[in-house]
Amino acid sequence: MASMIIAWQRDVDAALQQARESGKPVLLDFSAAPA
Amino acid sequence: MIAFINEHFVPAQVHIRDQEAVFERFGASWTPTQILLDPQGEEQHRIEGFLPAEDFLAQLELGLGKLEFHEQHFGEAERMFRAVCDGRPDSGGAPEACYWAGVAAYKGTDDPKHLGAAGELLTQRYPASEWARKASVWLH
Repeated sequence: MASMIIAWQRDVDAALQQARESGKPVLLDFSAAPA
Repeated sequence: MIAFINEHFVPAQVHIRDQEAVFERFGASWTPTQILLDPQGEEQHRIEGFLPAEDFLAQLELGLGKLEFHEQHFGEAERMFRAVCDGRPDSGGAPEACYWAGVAAYKGTDDPKHLGAAGELLTQRYPASEWARKASVWLH
């Protein structure tokens, strides 16, 4: 069963490293939504 | 939507409250903003402002098309652009996707008939869009 949550990373540079390793692009979301 | 994002992207989220420097680093001056970065970290597409789900998905697919186009994978780029142009024709991103579908088809084949076809489609379906005006130069 597919995950029902988006697996957001909070560390942009770690996400970029993961992107280089996986070949997937990064979707970088800038938010001001209340926690 | 969630499955689509998890399948196609490494998703990362930053909040203005505690990562303002990241906003400055990427030139994000409004929320919500989403930026699609290729695996080398280069920006390929930007979405600014809230969009309903259908329009947001269309923008993500449009961005994936641009990523493929940038890599000169013109067949895959055209497929992604057509998914928006033909599959989500009422979305806000559809006119742009139809334009780039024609460009990708042309780049992949060197056949200018694809530009003319895109121009005709845009003129008929989205006559008021700026993409129809951009494509008007392809009409004879």
